[in-house]
Amino acid sequence: MKTEILKLLSRNAKYTNEDIATMLGKTEKEIADEIDALEKEGVIRGYKAVIDWEKLDGAYVSAIVELNVVPQAELGFEEVAEKVMSYHEVESVYLMSGSYDLNVVVKGKTLQDVARFVARELATIDSVTSTVTHFVMRRYKEMDVELCEAQADCRGQFIYD
Amino acid sequence: MIDYSKILNPAVTEIKPSGIRKFFDIAATMDDVISLGVGEPDFQTPWQIRKAGINSLERGRTKYSANRGTIELRKEISRYLNRKYGLNYAPETEILVTVGGSEAIDGAIRAIVSPGDEVIIPQPSYVCYEPITVLAGGVPVIIETKAENDFKVTPEELKNAITDKTKLLILPYPCNPTGAVMEKEDIEALADILKNTNIAVISDEIYSELTYGESSHVSPATVKGMRERTITVNGFSKAYSMTGWRLGYACGPQELMKEITKIHQYAIMCAPTTSQYAAVEALKNGDESIENMREEYDRRRRLIVTGFNKLGLTCREPKGAFYAFPCIKSTGLTSEEFCERLLQEKKVAVVPGTAFGKGGEGFVRASYCYSADHIKKALVRIGEFIEELNKE
Repeated sequence: MKTEILKLLSRNAKYTNEDIATMLGKTEKEIADEIDALEKEGVIRGYKAVIDWEKLDGAYVSAIVELNVVPQAELGFEEVAEKVMSYHEVESVYLMSGSYDLNVVVKGKTLQDVARFVARELATIDSVTSTVTHFVMRRYKEMDVELCEAQADCRGQFIYD
Repeated sequence: MIDYSKILNPAVTEIKPSGIRKFFDIAATMDDVISLGVGEPDFQTPWQIRKAGINSLERGRTKYSANRGTIELRKEISRYLNRKYGLNYAPETEILVTVGGSEAIDGAIRAIVSPGDEVIIPQPSYVCYEPITVLAGGVPVIIETKAENDFKVTPEELKNAITDKTKLLILPYPCNPTGAVMEKEDIEALADILKNTNIAVISDEIYSELTYGESSHVSPATVKGMRERTITVNGFSKAYSMTGWRLGYACGPQELMKEITKIHQYAIMCAPTTSQYAAVEALKNGDESIENMREEYDRRRRLIVTGFNKLGLTCREPKGAFYAFPCIKSTGLTSEEFCERLLQEKKVAVVPGTAFGKGGEGFVRASYCYSADHIKKALVRIGEFIEELNKE
């Protein structure tokens, strides 16, 4: 049942316990208890809206920054990852396989903001040996949600099928 | 000037255009309509199936196939029907690939019915059986299935409908629009009546993959005494979300299939080749896609059925297909009034039960081929509609 609930919530976090209970054929209490447990266990880390900021004046820019890092003895990448993720400009941090180490998504009000942040904060971290910054030009899909206009339902020409 | 009434076939001109058509044309002109009207899946055809179609085009496989369909596809259909339902049909002589289940039904009826023959049709059901029967010169004999019997055909109803002229029985299960399914015992009871008769059966099983809960589909031809008289019709539209590919099939004893194949050969030649290549992929590797879609339909089914019952519109649990068929008698409106007012006042489109036969009076069909969010929105509006009706 856990995976079923998570599938539904990852599609739409606004489903009520009642909705989920109905769809899965369970009681509301069973669902509430299960979600409680998932939150306590830290499986569910939060609920957020998926926003198309470009629709607003306050659009922000974001960039994917590739960091090369010299891992520390014992701690490996943990220490630098913790340092990087502590900035509020940083949206996500991933340790990567392949040609670089940390993938950092950075956001800011303007291109200059982001560039300044990378130069002043990320590039200056001791163990960071190099940075490559890619600015995002357009978002098509975010967290499974398409950000372009929904295609019209092309069905319904024929109603008796 | 030419007098068209002199050229046209009266059997065709007498087929009534549906009054509901007009009603849906109104819906099409309105903004912000939430429709629960359509009867086709909202999913895309699974990518690997589309890809197989594309590959066949790239390789230039764009010629006619054998009349009966490619032998590769017929072999896959045979295997599929065996592993899913325990049916045994020989790919060479007992399977015909058609342009959708529709052509299979048309061909089967035309091959069997001659003028004056009676065809027993349970209703409410899909709308094609009656007109095709009439076009063949046959006489439709309607069984109005009852809500209290879960819209199944009962042995008594069948017995009462049979006369010396009965040639054919249509079994449209899992049923559009009622969601009814026939269990093994239900079919056995009918088989008992049909044995020692010369009555054929067309079993329209287009929704066979979409059954829920305890019910899994029982194919009538697997019931004792039924195979020799049954034409099993199925297709790819509903299970694999392939409505526009127009591909189905008919299976049955070779004595029947030989004749249906003649009609197909002259009227159609062969089903679309691209679709046939895609269908092979669907049968080989499509089980997981079907299961994912079925699970999603099942969640929506619970949502919509619970929703209607909460609004006081009694809705029996539909065990198959993708429609809820709630009873609206408590509103005091006829099905058509209900649908028209719901559309005008709340901009929600559902189909009157009467579109599927007179016996559908007092019911409406609401499809759940829509996202859960869409269904929830529609239910809220229907709730407002019921509340306002109660105040009148």
